[in-house]
Amino acid sequence: MEEALSLVTATLAATLRVATPLVLCAMGGLFSEKSGILDVGLEGKMLMAAFFAAATASLTGSAWMGVGAAILAAEVLALLHGFACITHRGNQVVSGIAINILAMGLTVVLGAAWFGRGGQTPPLTGTERLNPIFFPVAGDNILVYGALLAVPFTWWLIARTRFGLRLRAVGEVPLAVDAAGISVSWLRYRAVLLCGLFAGLAGAYLSIAQNAGFSRDMTAGQGFIALAAIIFGRWRPVPAFGACLAFGLLDAIAIRLQGVRLPGVGEVPVQLIQAMPYLLTLFLLAGFIGRTVAPKAAGVPYEKEP
Amino acid sequence: MKRWVRPLIALLAAVSLGAVAHAQIVIKPAVVFSTGGKFDKSFNEGVWQGAERFKKETGIAVAEFEPSNETQFEQVLRRFAQRGQDPIIAVGFAQAVALEKVAKEFPNVHFTLIDSVVNLPNVQSVVFREQEGSFLVGMLAAMASKTGKIGFVGGMDIPLVRRFQCGFEQGIKYANPNAELITNMTGTTPAAWNDPGRGAELAKGQFDRGVDVVYAAAGSTGLGILQATRDRGKLGIGVDSNQNHLHPGNMLTSMLKRVDLAAYNSFKAAQDNQWKGGTQVLGLKEGGVDWALDKDNEKLITPQMKAAVDAAKAAIISGQIVVHDYMSNNSCKS
Repeated sequence: MEEALSLVTATLAATLRVATPLVLCAMGGLFSEKSGILDVGLEGKMLMAAFFAAATASLTGSAWMGVGAAILAAEVLALLHGFACITHRGNQVVSGIAINILAMGLTVVLGAAWFGRGGQTPPLTGTERLNPIFFPVAGDNILVYGALLAVPFTWWLIARTRFGLRLRAVGEVPLAVDAAGISVSWLRYRAVLLCGLFAGLAGAYLSIAQNAGFSRDMTAGQGFIALAAIIFGRWRPVPAFGACLAFGLLDAIAIRLQGVRLPGVGEVPVQLIQAMPYLLTLFLLAGFIGRTVAPKAAGVPYEKEP
Repeated sequence: MKRWVRPLIALLAAVSLGAVAHAQIVIKPAVVFSTGGKFDKSFNEGVWQGAERFKKETGIAVAEFEPSNETQFEQVLRRFAQRGQDPIIAVGFAQAVALEKVAKEFPNVHFTLIDSVVNLPNVQSVVFREQEGSFLVGMLAAMASKTGKIGFVGGMDIPLVRRFQCGFEQGIKYANPNAELITNMTGTTPAAWNDPGRGAELAKGQFDRGVDVVYAAAGSTGLGILQATRDRGKLGIGVDSNQNHLHPGNMLTSMLKRVDLAAYNSFKAAQDNQWKGGTQVLGLKEGGVDWALDKDNEKLITPQMKAAVDAAKAAIISGQIVVHDYMSNNSCKS
């Protein structure tokens, strides 16, 4: 019994560990998408942030400098996305994909030039990482708690503040916001910057909290899973959080199910277990969550009437 | 007696070398790494060290390429062959198909393939009996484990990695028939060689189930596995290169696969005009695989452990112990 209980807590801890970057990323993406700016570039922002977090932490010896650098790096990409999509009304999907490709290439090139380890940063130790606070075994570093706080914060900001009301409005009917004398561009820029902040934290978590150093393509599609979580959550923070946890839980269970003999079934093949998150995605999208309602103006550049 | 044996052998070797005195030829060697990347601290890095050693000793430049995905293999092998690079080392089983195609197009260029076999006259295939080295580190794991639960985390789920796992399992059972092995594979695509985050999660999952020694056979993913091992204060076993220095005190040992020697020997043979095609199978007997003992792990290896492993090693070399090869029948049962 005790063993089963500890297995349950261990699985829950693993769920949180795996879900943390997804949650941070999803909350960031929510701000951007709510304001009408699609963000396919979450993955790239997170990757760039992860690289700069590890590189800075390794050079300065301070994890917090790493977090700062991660946020800065993600904000630069966020501003780039904003500049292309808000100021110049470019295609938001194309800009996002460009950011992903840029991050994928630039991190490896810079890493190879600075550290000469084929794109990896040196392994981080001690204060160069964000270490667990209360339970070393569970790996509960400050960003895990940060992710848990990010959800009510996002909900409050979007649902209960004037800024949030305007943010929602600009994602639905930007013309109305403009007519009320509020700058559509400035609102959207702020949303994109908030997105950069959270994506930066997610990246920092990957390279200096969960792992000890950057390795190329270490985001491994998590930015896209966060994007899927936003859609599952129908662009609302708490359901999106739930979706992130579901992905995390599936992953944690999949890890523990590998090689285990289930009664009556025998050993479950690795391939099947690893396909589970994707099967769940299909299953949910196909019928469970019904019609998804995106912000109406998402993806549409706003042009002022001449 | 022992004291004069080594110098004598060295002297004999020097004399015989002098007598044969191969005419050295000018070569333009090249290496195409696998997707794990040159600095994986493991498999690819071993090849790189072999190439570096050749470079230092001879002053001959070695062209290198690190592909970012597996579709580049064929392209870069052909490009190297066109540019007159010869011999060309292709690292990793994933290059076999591309190499077979390119080797047919350039019958005069010499190719060396590490970890897989292509039967062409201008291809030298170097494969290892990883099960033998894994057997030895499996014994060490079983003897060092306090819980009797031992973990294995592989990279991509392919027969080659199962061969490591199977040898490891046999070693564990040989030392302690009651020990339990928990096996995880990181993934089923080449991305599984480069996913330290997932590796760390898999290792933590095993620790939660009581594992206290874990064997990482997963390329760059292994770095995450060994990091998690250190974070939790457990014991890790490295692979391919000697990884003991990564976390001294938390590394029980490493299963050495001398890809560095394979790379060096291939270049050296080409330079001496002695390069030969065909398949080389390197095991304990040939010094192709082994286990690592150095200052970083000597405190973890008791004299009894060392004696037991040395005895098993001698028994495998003499053929008294036969370690079953997973790839001979795609099963861990002989």
